[in-house]
Amino acid sequence: MAADDEAQGLFVVDGRLRRRRIVNRVMEALATLAALVAVALLVIVVVSVVKNGWDALSVSFFTETPTFSALGESGGGIANSIVGSLILVTLATLFALPVGVLTAIYVSELAPRSVANVIRLALDVTNGLPTIVVGIFVFSAIVISRGQSALAGSFALAIIALPLIARSTQEVLRLVPPSLREAGLALGAPRWRTILGVVLPTSMGGILTGTTLAIARIAGETAPLLFTTSLAAMTVMWDPRDPVQSMPLTIFQYIEQPDPSYHAKAWATGAVLLAFVLVLSLCSKFFLARSRRRLSG
Amino acid sequence: MPSELRPGRRLGSRVGDVTLFAVTGACGLAAVALVVAIAYKVVDGSTLAFSTFGLQFLVEQVWDPVKGEFGALSFIYGTAVTSLIALLIATPLSIGIALYLTELAPRFLRDTIGALVEMLAAIPSVILGLWGILVLGPFMKDHLEPFLQSFLGWLPAFSDTPNAQGILPAAVVLTIMTVPIVASVSRELFQSVPPELKDGALALGATRWEMVRGVTLHYTRPGLAAAVILGLGRALGEAIAVTQVIGGQVGIPRSLFGLGDTMASRIAAQYQGAVSNVQVSSLFYLAAILLAFSLVVNVIAQLIVRRFEFQHTGGS
Repeated sequence: MAADDEAQGLFVVDGRLRRRRIVNRVMEALATLAALVAVALLVIVVVSVVKNGWDALSVSFFTETPTFSALGESGGGIANSIVGSLILVTLATLFALPVGVLTAIYVSELAPRSVANVIRLALDVTNGLPTIVVGIFVFSAIVISRGQSALAGSFALAIIALPLIARSTQEVLRLVPPSLREAGLALGAPRWRTILGVVLPTSMGGILTGTTLAIARIAGETAPLLFTTSLAAMTVMWDPRDPVQSMPLTIFQYIEQPDPSYHAKAWATGAVLLAFVLVLSLCSKFFLARSRRRLSG
Repeated sequence: MPSELRPGRRLGSRVGDVTLFAVTGACGLAAVALVVAIAYKVVDGSTLAFSTFGLQFLVEQVWDPVKGEFGALSFIYGTAVTSLIALLIATPLSIGIALYLTELAPRFLRDTIGALVEMLAAIPSVILGLWGILVLGPFMKDHLEPFLQSFLGWLPAFSDTPNAQGILPAAVVLTIMTVPIVASVSRELFQSVPPELKDGALALGATRWEMVRGVTLHYTRPGLAAAVILGLGRALGEAIAVTQVIGGQVGIPRSLFGLGDTMASRIAAQYQGAVSNVQVSSLFYLAAILLAFSLVVNVIAQLIVRRFEFQHTGGS
């Protein structure tokens, strides 16, 4: 009899099983709640930015440069910040993209294993650096001797973009089927032509994904710009040798002003920046899905 | 001899190979040199402060540009406390999110919610800071902090007057920044658990939670530790959002409602105001401490991840 009871133990709804089921339910509910909290946080932040920024958004907000009244109110728009952000992000991408892709090719295709490990570690460390430290580094390497400039700022942003681009390129290079490389080599193509002519074009989708993601990341960075390109004139600057204003910095500086008119502008700038960043990260998700499908299908 | 095999052609391809090797190798080398250069420049910049204050810098609470006396203790305290609180809240939250996404979410919700959580990571820190000071801060001052105080007011940590700025709002903002990182790494880890182990536990009569506790969490424990450490790295180094909400005060506050400052935030806040060489050098000193922290944290996380991968791929 005793053995029978034990055998049935699992299937009989006794007090212990009930408790186990309740614990299970509670844990499931907590996990669901956690997911809800995360989504709610995103919604709350996005809605408050859009709601508070909406009134200040207009065509002139995009086309005019800031004006300051004697009463301490802010007027005009953020044309200088938009242009500055575009210059910074474009230059940073131009710096980081070739270096990142070539580094990834070296690490995945050419380097001896131990060297590849060292470079990978260096990229991981760069990726984990506090961005303010990157700013301090560029300040000491460039700004102390040559002063602030858009070039210095974009160099700092490029340091942040480099590991992101290199890593996503490495990941997609790993996905390229070895048969493609072997086919190229079997046709008598030298290694460099196989890599540049076969492997690299196949991984374009992944490189695009990583680059878009990196642009989304650096477009919102403030800390690396503080010491490198923050003392800018309030007009539209096109010369990268001059310091330029940028959207993140505008938000950072306006929020410290006492007058509420500045806060409204900060929200509106935040809405523009957030829209830009979220659209870019959506694009990168789209590119990622497409390149995965292509490489695996 | 067929023209393809003539030595000239081979020479051409060898030159191409060597060139590609050299160019890509130079870029790889540049990536390593960059890390070395950053460490060198930051340490080099801090020599003046180091020779003036020595290791005493680490245990002094003062930050007085007028007298030229500087110390990092209050910022080290602020960094440690805000990051720890952030991790205490973010870790269970992130693991819950990851478990929901791998075990519970219906298929059509899984990718959408996963993408939304990743989007939380894409919000620029300056925007989180803006939201933190204008929305979160007043909410905490009027509702959350009095609420906490009504229960836990007897603890010194919850004793002061509620404040819109301070340690606690900074910790909450940092939580929001670390959750998506820890959650997405945890999610990948949970997806790597072999289904036959999970099925085995369920077949033995375990409830879903018992399966998660006994198999999923057990199997991924080292990886989860690495995920949390990566989150810590992010929280330690965040400058902008913290500067905006923490209040920027020197000294160790008695309570979590008090104003404080972190290392990264102090550097960011001084970008216009550094007057003397010693002050600039002290900022470099802070950056060097921060750099050392982040190096240690990242290397530990990488080591754990590599050992985890090594164990679970059978060492191949």
